[in-house]
Amino acid sequence: MTAPERSPEVAEPRVTLVRATKGAVDLQELWEYRELLYYLVWRTIKVRYKQTLLGVSWAMLQPLLTMLVLSIFLGRMARVPSSGIPYPLFAYAGLVVWTYFTSALSQSTQSIVEQQAMITRVYFPRILLPVSGVLAATVDMLLSLPVLVGLMLLYEFPLSYAAWTLPVFLLLAAAAALGIGLWLSALNVRYRDVRYAIPFLIQLWFLSTPVMYPSSLLPHPWRILYGINPMAGVVEGFRWALLGTEFHRSLLLVSIASILVALAGGFHYFRRMEATFADVV
Amino acid sequence: MTAIAIRAEGLSKTYPLGQLRPNLSLKSAVTEAVTTRLRTARPFDTDTSADASPGSSRGLVHALRDVSMEVRRGEVLGIIGRNGAGKSTLLRILTRITPPTTGWAEIHGRVGALIGVGTGFHPDLTGRENVYLNGAILGMKKAEIDRRFDEIVSFAEIDRFLDTPVKRYSSGMHMRLAFAVAAHMEPEILLVDEVLAVGDAAFQRKCLGKMEGIARENRTILFVSHNMPAVQSLCHRAIWLDEGRIVAEGNTRDVVGEYLQKAFVLLTESTWENPSEAPGNAGVRLRRVCLHPVGGSAQDPITLETPFVVEIEYWNMHAGARFHLELNVISEDGVLIFKTAASGRPEVNGSRPPGLFRDVCHVPAHLLNSGVHRIELLVTRDHMNIEFRKEDIVVFEVLESETPRPWEGNWRGAVRPMLAWSTERLMDERIP
Repeated sequence: MTAPERSPEVAEPRVTLVRATKGAVDLQELWEYRELLYYLVWRTIKVRYKQTLLGVSWAMLQPLLTMLVLSIFLGRMARVPSSGIPYPLFAYAGLVVWTYFTSALSQSTQSIVEQQAMITRVYFPRILLPVSGVLAATVDMLLSLPVLVGLMLLYEFPLSYAAWTLPVFLLLAAAAALGIGLWLSALNVRYRDVRYAIPFLIQLWFLSTPVMYPSSLLPHPWRILYGINPMAGVVEGFRWALLGTEFHRSLLLVSIASILVALAGGFHYFRRMEATFADVV
Repeated sequence: MTAIAIRAEGLSKTYPLGQLRPNLSLKSAVTEAVTTRLRTARPFDTDTSADASPGSSRGLVHALRDVSMEVRRGEVLGIIGRNGAGKSTLLRILTRITPPTTGWAEIHGRVGALIGVGTGFHPDLTGRENVYLNGAILGMKKAEIDRRFDEIVSFAEIDRFLDTPVKRYSSGMHMRLAFAVAAHMEPEILLVDEVLAVGDAAFQRKCLGKMEGIARENRTILFVSHNMPAVQSLCHRAIWLDEGRIVAEGNTRDVVGEYLQKAFVLLTESTWENPSEAPGNAGVRLRRVCLHPVGGSAQDPITLETPFVVEIEYWNMHAGARFHLELNVISEDGVLIFKTAASGRPEVNGSRPPGLFRDVCHVPAHLLNSGVHRIELLVTRDHMNIEFRKEDIVVFEVLESETPRPWEGNWRGAVRPMLAWSTERLMDERIP
């Protein structure tokens, strides 16, 4: 870092090389831009609930209302099994992770296109934008946790001994959202179709993720394959850690592998495309 | 003083034609892939090159071609050229917004760029919040912004509105704040793109003053501008880019002089020897169009103080034709400044015999504002029916003044008439 106080003649300036191909990831540079990442997250959160009546309560209302509807129609009427746990609690635990994942995914997917003006006028490591989308969603997720605690108290449900692993599953959800968000945000720059596909994609994904039903509905060999859906393992794992439901090891392992593939692929694709963002967006 | 700040070798940037098309969708990409394949099956046809810009070949747009240069530390370098000459592309490459297609550059020191000021301003955030956000986007540390915060606010003159959302700011306040943040970065190399094109004259002068201050601190500035007086008063050295290439390089006075002489005799004279190939229709054919200062030739410069004429010579083919000429004077950004018509006189309104005619339109000094202007010709019957029109029969620039003087900012407005003013003293006393 060059200290601005030093006169430019005395300081030995850092040399930046500008060329067509990129070298390895510049971790030092990413570290230097940490303050920008902070401000990007801060701006998103600060602006999100401006001029809204309910403000931050929106972050809590969404999973809560979804849980109520699911509890009435699936829990009470359709009698969907819930691994021996009160259905509202079962559904809400899944919804906390699920809502986190989808809001992180859609925010990071939109991040590049939404910040067109920045992309075309200023240089900064582009990856900060999808990352800031995931981080901003994290804040909303944290706001929905007190309701979860409230529900557990209401049902007098004991905390599982594995509760300390909860952050791991939240981290996995974030990694899944970032991995796929990197793919989609870069793809969205070139093809705006992505924007229209996202709500639909999320809807289908929701139906095929064990949020409102347990994965034990699937017969054994299929359950392992189910793990290809990264969120299947994450949601089930989260419930296991919190409520002590059955632990599906192979399901979780397949999901983790699937997350790692998405993350590596997404990162690679994003790196390859990011140079053209300013020209194409 | 002799240390290098920027060294560039063979920088080029090409865009595939399709890439410049906005809002590509998946479907159009698929159809495009198919048509491209079909097109490459046969030799490159003239049809495709027609919609390309002049600097294109084989479906590529060359925004920048083989640009090499060296900028020394503490130097203020002007980059001039017409729209689309590659000036902004060069700056965008040096700031790493977009990578070059080939070539490389070495930047010694921290770069700050004034390209599109106000980037990242969020209308719902307050002035104070936006200063920090914008500073971070421009690469400043929080500690740095803290230290210069008061300076930024007083430069922007927005003290009272610091905690007001920016969306309630006037456009002037918005602009001042944006520039103030950017101008208080402390980069070793500052790249400036046309920021002076905005704001009122007082603000422009302030910006220019700020840049002069930065230049005195032995920091390097690259200044892209259309504004020759500003370039002349600020830059030690200049580079003239045209169609992506460096055409001239050297001390500012020489380069700017050459540029004004060559680049802006854009199109002040055209002659068509053969009437059958001349623009026109069955009834009227152009022969010659010329714009020149009164008592001068088409090559002479036109300044704010120059009266000039537009001459149009044309053939009338039919006996008894009734028509007249009209001219639309259009500014560089496409705004119609005024329309003038050669009607209302009996020799024009009556029916005409066939033959060669010449219309001359006299434009007085102190009417047009400075800048590039284009003229469109219309041949009209009864003011209603346009028989024939031709765009850009002449393209010319009105220069600020022949004698260089300190630049005092753009004079705003479509025209710049010199009007009669008077001032009288109405009362001898002071306010009672």
